[in-house]
This record gives sequence, C-alpha cells and structure tokens, in this order.
Amino acid sequence: MGQTIVEKIISRNIGAEKVEPGQIVTVKVDRVMLDDIMIPFIVDKFHEMGFCRVWDPDRVVLIYDHLVPSSQLDDIRHYKVGDEFAAKYGIEHVHRSDGICHQLMTEAGYVKPGDVVFGTDSHTTTYGCVGAFSTGIGYTEMAAILGTGTLWVKVPETIRIHISGTLPANVMSKDMILRIIGDLGADGATYRALEFTGDTVERMSVSSRMTMANMAIEAGAKCALFAPDEKTAQYCGVSLDGFQPGLAGDRDAAYLKTLTYRAEDFVPVMACPSQVDKIREVKDLAGLPIDQVFIGSCTNGRLEDLQAAAKVLEGKQVAPFVKLIVTPASRKVYEEASACGAIGTLVKAGAMVTHPGCGLCCGRTGGILWDGERVVATNNRNFLGRMGTSKVEIYLASPAVAAACAAAGAIVCPL
Amino acid sequence: MEQFTGKVWVLGDDIDTDIIIPTQYLALKSIEDMKQYGFSPLRPELAGKIEKGDILVAGKNFGCGSSREQAPEVLKALGIRCIIARSFARIFFRNSINNGLLLMEQPELWDHVREGETIEVVVNSHVSSNGKQYPLTSLPDNLVEIIEAGGLVKAMQARNGLAV
Repeated sequence: MGQTIVEKIISRNIGAEKVEPGQIVTVKVDRVMLDDIMIPFIVDKFHEMGFCRVWDPDRVVLIYDHLVPSSQLDDIRHYKVGDEFAAKYGIEHVHRSDGICHQLMTEAGYVKPGDVVFGTDSHTTTYGCVGAFSTGIGYTEMAAILGTGTLWVKVPETIRIHISGTLPANVMSKDMILRIIGDLGADGATYRALEFTGDTVERMSVSSRMTMANMAIEAGAKCALFAPDEKTAQYCGVSLDGFQPGLAGDRDAAYLKTLTYRAEDFVPVMACPSQVDKIREVKDLAGLPIDQVFIGSCTNGRLEDLQAAAKVLEGKQVAPFVKLIVTPASRKVYEEASACGAIGTLVKAGAMVTHPGCGLCCGRTGGILWDGERVVATNNRNFLGRMGTSKVEIYLASPAVAAACAAAGAIVCPL
Repeated sequence: MEQFTGKVWVLGDDIDTDIIIPTQYLALKSIEDMKQYGFSPLRPELAGKIEKGDILVAGKNFGCGSSREQAPEVLKALGIRCIIARSFARIFFRNSINNGLLLMEQPELWDHVREGETIEVVVNSHVSSNGKQYPLTSLPDNLVEIIEAGGLVKAMQARNGLAV
C-alpha cells in the first residue's frame, strides 16, 4: 500500500518506513513562524515552562504583520517583547515590516518541499503550496516547540481533490477553493489533509496554489498539499533533492475519498455572510450595492492578484461611493506590482494602497465598516464582526470579481 | 470518576474564535482584560452573565477559524467548566486541552438541552439532561497525560525539573 503526500513527509521526518492515519507521532520541527499578536503570550509561556534556550534559533522566524503599522499603544509592546526575545536567544530571522507572515515564509525561502512547519496562525496551511506539511497551533504549543524542537501530531487521513481541464477565463483559484469549501462544508475536512491533483492544478502557478492551500483551514483541514514540481523548485530557489520529486501521492495510497472536478464547470462565486462555506454564484448576487472593496491578504495579495485587479480596472474608475483598499501581501509584491504598472493602474482608478500587513483582513488596523455596510473582499474569512461591527456584510471573492464590483459599485460578474 | 453539575448556555453551529474573542481585543495585556468582550459580536450580554462552573453546549465545529489561544483562555477565565459540542475544530481542541479546559463531543444533547437548565456531567461516561443520559467518549491517552499533568505548561515544567 502506498502513501499520500502528508504520510510520506511524516514518515521521513520520524525515520519510519510508513505511517498510518490515526497514529500519534512526535515530529522534529523544520521551521516555526511566530506572528506579532502571539509573541508576548509565547514568550511568557516559554519562560513559565522553565526553558533557558531556544532549541535552534535558525529555525525560528518572527514576523510583525497583524499589528503593523501600530494602531493601538499596546501594539508597540508586542514589537518590544519580540525584539528582546530575538536578541536574548540569538534569533536573526525577524521581519518588522516586510509583509504578511504566510507570504514571507514561502517567498523568503524559509519553507522547502517536504518540511514540517508550525505557525501561530491558522492560515499556516498555506505552505502546502510548496509541498510542506504545515499547520497552525496555539501559543502554548509554540512555546513547547521553541524549547524542545518537537511536537506530537496525529497522522491525518487525506481527502484528494482532483481537477482536470481548462478553467474559464473569468475563474481564479479563489473561485475553485471557495466552491470546494462549499462542497466540503466548514467542518468537512476537520482533522484531515487535502491533496490537490490533476492537470489543472499542475498548470497553476505557485501563487494560485497558495490561495487554495491558505483557505483549506476554512473547511477545517489540518493541511493542504500540492506535489512539488519544477515551478515549486524555482519559486523556493532550490533544486529538488532525491526525496522531493517523489512527493506525490502514490497511486495505491489510501484516500478517505476523492472529489473530482471538471475545470470547465467552475464559475465565479462568493462566500456570503457570515460563513465561508455559504457559497453562491456571483451572477445570482448581481446588483447588490456595495460600500467597500478590499483586495489583499495572505489569500489574494500577490502579484498575479493585483495584476488581475488592474486588468479589470484599466481605464476605469471606482464607483463614486465605494472605497477600494488594496494591500500587497509583501514589500516584494509591492515593488513588483509598482514596477509592472499594476499599482499605478489601481491608484489611477481610485484605489487607496496600504502597506503590506494583516490589519484590513481582520479589522484590526483600518478599513473597518459600520452597521448595514457591505464589503466585497479577497481575504479568507467573512465571520461576524471580522471587519467592523457585527452587522457588516462581508462577501469573499476573487481579485477579478472584487475589482469589477469596485467599478460597478455593486456586485457584478466579470466577463 | 470526575463528576459535576452546571448551568447551561446554548450556542449554535460554527461558533468561530473571532466570535469568542474578536481580533481587536487580542493584544490587550491580559486574558482578564479581554474576557468582558467574549462572544461580543454574537451575544454581547453573555460574558457578563456567565458564572463560574457554567457549561457551554454547542453545535458542530465549535472553535473554528483563527488559531488564537486567547479563545479557550477567555472561556476559562469567564468560568466555563466544560464545553459539550457536536464537534470541535482542530486547533481549538488542542489549545483547550493544553490549557486544561475540558471538551467533550456529544452528537445528540444539543437537540434537546435548554438554555438555563442544569445538567450533570460524569467525565468519560455520560451527561444527564432532563432525566435522560447521553454517552460521552474518552480522550486519547497522550491527551489524558497532558490534562493529568495540569496542562502543557506544567508538563514542560516537570520536564525541565521545575517544582510543580
């Protein structure tokens, strides 16, 4: 019997020939990501546990993104605690204003195919886009990893998502993952791994795969993996070693189930308030007036996303009463999107462009809305109160759909 | 076997951690500062009404969404004794165990229990509501070890030779 991708990664990590779903094992951690909101809590727990050294400072990455730029006085304490901790324990990978944690972890080369990675943010599933096993944990477990370099995990069962064929021109990977979450349900993959296969997936960019791995948590998934290929190698800046090219699910691996999709059947969709699995076709929502559009986040703030939005808004203007806010996922994306003209096009159309960070997505550092207002957003959650008051309606969509809505002042489907 | 009674608060499906404690309060200095905002997007009055020893009964996928460990810590600080849900989201489940907050899955109780009633819980055995018993399953051994140590912090303290 063969193995799924996540089973192969865990087997190699623990030095076993094979692992079975349900088995509880202790893995050696290749990399950890600590985000600014959680840092003071992690540091407190680390000291309370009685550790006096970090197991391997080179494997630790601190990223300030949720609270950047600061918007409450307490935020500054989070940077200070992070800086002091890094200095005391010799941690050199500290990003103070470079972008959103999940974008940086892959973009800056901290994650390689086959790695086991944990982060104190639920969207840590993102790194499955390069074939890593990565998932979100709380601050107490992070403190324990900093001291021991290990964590227990239960080997998950795997659900395979197979997609083949050619996507319609107005469909982005966001539309695909939203549809899949709708089909699975918000808890349809809880405790499980997702594995994406098929020629459609193979032709997708690493950025598009990242959007899908990022949102797997919205179906409850522990992780979401794509087999690494030459595109992955190029993106990660590595040449694939002996293990990595074999990181595809075996033909005779035991999958819990397989969902099969024809790429041609995907259409632009939205997640409606206030659950991510409440999916409807954009054309069925057309005409609903909107107050704001947000294009950005670790889900959809990459170069191809900003280019897709710019293409839709080229030569157009944002509707008079709509605020369009654009947040590139990282400084590098910001630079590239500026250089290729996408940022210029968006600004000319009426966009406000903010510094890379998480603040808009979680209603923490700006762009918050009031009772009865409606926002179309490219991020990953439309939960009650996520972007302002609990009576704000958040519709999640692709960057192309979001840009079209910004110009129309209402929900509209791009051609 | 551990046994206790408590007054019930009933919540629905997919109660996410943004509802349990919204992002804008996560960087307050302490859990004590945060707890007044518990459930504020959904039921702003709830945090002020929960008393020590109360029990939450919820539908499926309780604790979905963000990995914020402030969520189980806030519930504990509010005095919640245990949570009985149809199912729990994965990260919330681990975070709760690590903080010694008792979670139990029970598929049927939610359909029958009424808010405000008092139920009796016999851990690893059953819960009694309105004269009817609903079975409870046991936790895996490695989690029982963490709970018995008093949470993950205490387990690590023991490992590091600190007096517990």
